[in-house]
Amino acid sequence: MTAFASGAAFIARRLAQAILVMLAILVIAFAVRQSLGDPLREIMGQSVPETERAALRHELGLDAPWPVQLARYLGRAATGDLGTSIIYKKPTVEVVLAKFPASFELVLGASLIVLLLSLPGGVYCAVRPQSVGARLVLGLSVLGISVPVFLTGIILITVFSVWLGWLPAFGRGQTVDLGFWQTGLLTRDGLEHLLLPALTLSSIMLPLFIRLVRGAMLDELGHDYVRTARAKGASPLRVWIYHALRNALLPLVAVGGLQAGTLIAYTLLTETVFQWPGMGFLFLEAVTRADIPVITTYLVLVGLLFVVVNTLVDLISLALDPRVSLEGAQ
Amino acid sequence: MSLSAAQPRSPMFAAFAAERSGAVLAGVLLAIVAVAAVFAPLIAPQDPFDLASFDILDAELPPVWQEGGDPRFVLGTDAQGRDLFSAILYGARISLLVGILAVMIQGAIGIPLGLVAGYFGGRVDSIVTRLADIQLSLSTLMMAIIVMALFRAGLGGAALSHFAVPLLVLVIGLAEWPIFARTARAATLVEASKDYICAARAVGSGDRAIVQRHILPNIHSPLIVIATTQVAGAIMAEAALSFLGLGMPVTKPSLGTLIRSGYDLMFAGAWWVTVLPGLVLIGVLIAVNVLGDALRDWLDPRRRAG
Repeated sequence: MTAFASGAAFIARRLAQAILVMLAILVIAFAVRQSLGDPLREIMGQSVPETERAALRHELGLDAPWPVQLARYLGRAATGDLGTSIIYKKPTVEVVLAKFPASFELVLGASLIVLLLSLPGGVYCAVRPQSVGARLVLGLSVLGISVPVFLTGIILITVFSVWLGWLPAFGRGQTVDLGFWQTGLLTRDGLEHLLLPALTLSSIMLPLFIRLVRGAMLDELGHDYVRTARAKGASPLRVWIYHALRNALLPLVAVGGLQAGTLIAYTLLTETVFQWPGMGFLFLEAVTRADIPVITTYLVLVGLLFVVVNTLVDLISLALDPRVSLEGAQ
Repeated sequence: MSLSAAQPRSPMFAAFAAERSGAVLAGVLLAIVAVAAVFAPLIAPQDPFDLASFDILDAELPPVWQEGGDPRFVLGTDAQGRDLFSAILYGARISLLVGILAVMIQGAIGIPLGLVAGYFGGRVDSIVTRLADIQLSLSTLMMAIIVMALFRAGLGGAALSHFAVPLLVLVIGLAEWPIFARTARAATLVEASKDYICAARAVGSGDRAIVQRHILPNIHSPLIVIATTQVAGAIMAEAALSFLGLGMPVTKPSLGTLIRSGYDLMFAGAWWVTVLPGLVLIGVLIAVNVLGDALRDWLDPRRRAG
């Protein structure tokens, strides 16, 4: 009962925290809009006489004191209205979210590669620490950490697109429109376009995760329960996968969540190299063309994503390990 | 019989020697790059920041060993006719400068906070630790991208180029102080519980004197190790920002800017503008990381055993 109550309290506190952070992000976005953007330019362009501007400014309530404007901004944000893009002349939320599927599929592809390679790689390095293979994997991971993600992308393009001509270098290729979602995962062309960017993005996370899995596995393998399982006669594979890896995954979920912000940054770099039409690519375009409403909307939506991921990670940790709730609630 | 006892040691010894030789090689490479960067104005045949010193007619010349190369430009030229060898020297200078200054800011903020948190504990400690957690969860690169993007959108690319170096140093420096704070705090906790600190207190030393004269000198090794890897991180962050067009401008290119400006030419066959600065950047980063790993093994005896 008490465990359940403290768990519920933890969830409530965590949600309240998430809402507070989102409010803070919205206030920052509002401040950026107030200091950098001129909302009139969004609507009427720059070649309009000053008297007309003043009239419209009054009509739109832009001459109101800033707390009033902030309250209006937050009110509109609550209904999903974060402004209108200067370049696209459309609601910014619509403009930014239209690019979400591309970014999401890129991250999904990279995450799959990281998951498929880091788990066996990390476990192998932990159970056979002295082997040539483990040394090779760890040596390569130093290399992976040292090469900036944009250079990895350039190298892959040079080898596989320019020299060998096997894979396309730019864009998403052929996509299928599902109505609410433009997917590149259903056509061969789309998948071919995804391969190099996903590999590039995974290259920067892979070394970190291999080291994490290895470290967590080494910790777990030293525990008494592993010895007990062995003494019971469990096969080495069963001890590694069923007993040790299961417990080793727990801290990984938390660290994985901490990496969410970094992953967004690396996605932005990867999208730039491959001209991948995702949210990051749109953001940089908006920066060079000073489309302030799109910039602030990107910040708010990425902040939202970040908060949701971190909250989910905390809740997943709670579900996986009841000890977290006791520590967190006190 | 003694042979069999020695046998399991020999591959370990070989690995150790290989590790050391790697560190020595990394150190030599870094020394060369550092000297070349510091003395760039004396070594470089041309000033790549001075638009009058190069000619658009020399644009996109390949390196000398390729057909069409010009002996005046050993590594070829970029799209504006800039001598790539000079540009790489000056670019490495900016990259190293931004990297080292940014890490100095990180240390200047993080080390005192970590010392104070570790030494006094209690409320100070929990505030510093909480602040560090929040700052770290925000992701340096993402924060740096956002701040530089806002400055760029607000000021415009041309105005930003005047403040690029100090701004990059500040943005990268302010974002990563928690790494130093955590390291300093953890090491201080260990030192503060030792007998000699008790002795110092017994002879009447004040808190300030104990922290400055006794603890700080004794926790320098983990701080040096962290500083090394942080320099690599800061150089990479600067390169990433410049590659995105949010860092050093084309008129004052760092290695990241050169890589970006050459990227458009790469498919037209002018690979050198991207590849050569890229190789220098990767070389510097690998060397710094290898050196950091070797320093860690060398300064931390517990790791050496494991």
